[in-house]
Amino acid sequence: MAVNQPPMPPETKTKYNDPQVVAEQIKTVLPDAVESVSPQALVIKGSQLLEVARYLHDQLAFDYLNNVTSVDYPDHFEVVYNLTSMDRGGAPITLKVNAARENPTVPSLTPVYHGANFQEREVYDMMGIRFEGHPYLRRILMWEGFEGYPLRKDYKEPYWEDDHKPFGTRWDKGHHVIAEDRNPWHDNVRYPANFDALSYKPPREEYPVVSAQQLTASRLLTDKILINIGPQHPSTHGVLRLKTVIDGETVVSVEPVLGYLHRNHEKIGERNTYLQNIPYTDRLDYFTSMANNLAYVITVEKLMNLKPPERAEYIRVIMAELTRWVSHIAALGFFFNDLGAFYTPLIYGLEERELILDLFEAASGSRMMCNYMRFGGLARDVPDGFLDKVQYLVDERLPRVTDEMEAYLVGNEIFLARARNVGVLPRDMAISYSTAGPVLRGSGVKYDVRRAEPYSIYDRFEFDIPTGRIGDIYDRFMVRIAEMRESIKILKQALQQIPGGEIMTGKKNYQIRVPKGEVYGRAENPKGELGFYIVSDGSPNPYRYHVRAPAFINLGALNEMAKGFKVADLIVIQGSIDVVMGEVDR
Amino acid sequence: MAFGLGMLNGLRYTMSRIIKTYIGDLRHLGRPYDPKEFARRQSVKGDGIITVQYPEEKLPVPENFRFVPFLVYEPKLDENGKPLIDPATGKEVVGYERCTACGICAKVCPPQCIWIVRGSTPDGKPKPQPAEFYIDIDVCMNCGYCAEFCPFDAIKMDHNYELADYERHVGHIHDIKRLMKSTTYYAQIHPQDWAREEADRKAKEAAKAKKQTTT
Repeated sequence: MAVNQPPMPPETKTKYNDPQVVAEQIKTVLPDAVESVSPQALVIKGSQLLEVARYLHDQLAFDYLNNVTSVDYPDHFEVVYNLTSMDRGGAPITLKVNAARENPTVPSLTPVYHGANFQEREVYDMMGIRFEGHPYLRRILMWEGFEGYPLRKDYKEPYWEDDHKPFGTRWDKGHHVIAEDRNPWHDNVRYPANFDALSYKPPREEYPVVSAQQLTASRLLTDKILINIGPQHPSTHGVLRLKTVIDGETVVSVEPVLGYLHRNHEKIGERNTYLQNIPYTDRLDYFTSMANNLAYVITVEKLMNLKPPERAEYIRVIMAELTRWVSHIAALGFFFNDLGAFYTPLIYGLEERELILDLFEAASGSRMMCNYMRFGGLARDVPDGFLDKVQYLVDERLPRVTDEMEAYLVGNEIFLARARNVGVLPRDMAISYSTAGPVLRGSGVKYDVRRAEPYSIYDRFEFDIPTGRIGDIYDRFMVRIAEMRESIKILKQALQQIPGGEIMTGKKNYQIRVPKGEVYGRAENPKGELGFYIVSDGSPNPYRYHVRAPAFINLGALNEMAKGFKVADLIVIQGSIDVVMGEVDR
Repeated sequence: MAFGLGMLNGLRYTMSRIIKTYIGDLRHLGRPYDPKEFARRQSVKGDGIITVQYPEEKLPVPENFRFVPFLVYEPKLDENGKPLIDPATGKEVVGYERCTACGICAKVCPPQCIWIVRGSTPDGKPKPQPAEFYIDIDVCMNCGYCAEFCPFDAIKMDHNYELADYERHVGHIHDIKRLMKSTTYYAQIHPQDWAREEADRKAKEAAKAKKQTTT
């Protein structure tokens, strides 16, 4: 496609958060590509999606694909894309493409955005929409050979009881029945045609072959072999399996095999009511449950048009920033585990983590599964003495430990040798792969959702966005340390400004009414941009509930980072992404 | 900089940690498990967290700690206003159950682990009391919604986290008998909540009494 439009002058770019304006721009080059426009989204013709995406990417600088998901409507499927510009920031625009119910097909965006690879595979896996032109369209969370598409509305999981909670049998109807007896297994489990469990063999696993010229491997005559790292391996941070093709000791390609911890979080979310989802978000990235709560709650509050009181906002920020500090110190510790500094740095960091988790426990009732935020406020106010303890931590301990950790670890020559110029992810690749958080900033992209699209009250605080230079492991590591300092800065300001007063807007209610609509809400989690795409049809349960898991999408760039480095580096590179499998597999 | 200096610099920190632990041990010599000292070391002002010898020792849990709900009942009082104790079981005699079988806890429960059957009077009319109340604690995710949204303060979160059992089909299905705990126990584990709720209740009752006298 030839687009001969000159690039837009920078001052006109700010208006591109409005779909109407973007639609006008698209119409100038592709007159019949836009089917319809609403204040929320653009509906694009499927046949011209790729051209539109290319135009948006090249001419309007929408260089970042936040999120790809799909919605199952009774008469059609809808694939939803959220795009932002790294330079402009602001809220993402939403593109939608409709696909027929029978044999749904949509062109793949992988030629424009590398980040579409994993996300489209997820959509294909969960919803059965084929992406034409996708280089490797296979299941990603379920196994190859699984029958059915779990996120379609007609799919019923094993132990299915009812379409929506609350289940009718629970109140005034019957007695307790154990889960195994509630729904016989064979009722709703489908097998492929002619399936025989005893003689079943999984399809042969192939690996993409990369030509040897791309690599400057040794002159030794080596064969490419496929080795399997994980899923049960202490260095993979959970049940992550890496199908690795190596040439000698050099990594040729890595394919993360996911889904060992898959529990169909999104389907559970659609069965739940809005309120019931909050404790489930704790279990996504279990290191950062407070931040997950916050991201989900602000998304639904956007739909409900609800604003929490000041004190609640401040407590939310304090909790989220403490979480960030805890998550980063644990990430650094585990990262050194991968390097071979066996547990000592981790244990040093865990001391402060322990104190912060004790504070979380005192406030919310649980150390890790906090379930602390509610729509329009918090579950309860913080206990007496909580803020004094946080103040003491923030003034005395956290800065000291951050400095000590840096002095302790960063000068170490072994660390420098292993981390510098290893696992390099260049700036344009980091953006193209839709990486987020410290991985993105490590590659030198000054992008933080807290600044680009400020949520909660982050626009009131003074803080910097640390960035790396070249995007190697060292940069990601240093970005994390710098972010811990920024968190302390935010915490100091928040503790100074925190007002008294209510912690809840309106009365506490378990029957949440969410008006019709759809929303993509996001927050800067320690691991990256955690997004929720929610479609509400006005009923007590979300019609569609999608989680944009940062660690999942960051893993998509692993192959790019690890190519050409040694197997031992692969472990460290993977550690520097800081994956948490609870979030990756959902 | 010569190779290795950075490493040595880092190891200085490790060394100082080692020395600090010995200094700490000397400071706590002879009283490592003194409760006051113990609490200080576990606090934000402590230096180095000490290992707790569970199950011989336990850390105190904060009041908001939540683990598996229980039902609250008001004990029957004797003439002195003290709760009557059943000599057979050693438990306080049930005065009345706070639960009215409204079913909000069962509806709000995210994993749907609460089953309630409403009670009925001998002539078949429904009465506001549960006939049966089950919580499957294997399914319970300890979110605390039931306690948060109960309008009668009848279901609360417990502090007892030692619920391991040899089997799950009987021992992990808590029925109404096992779930019932008296307000004395509740006041003991949730002193602040209890004081606040009692004050609210008294204020409400006073307002009600005032209304009745004026009308």
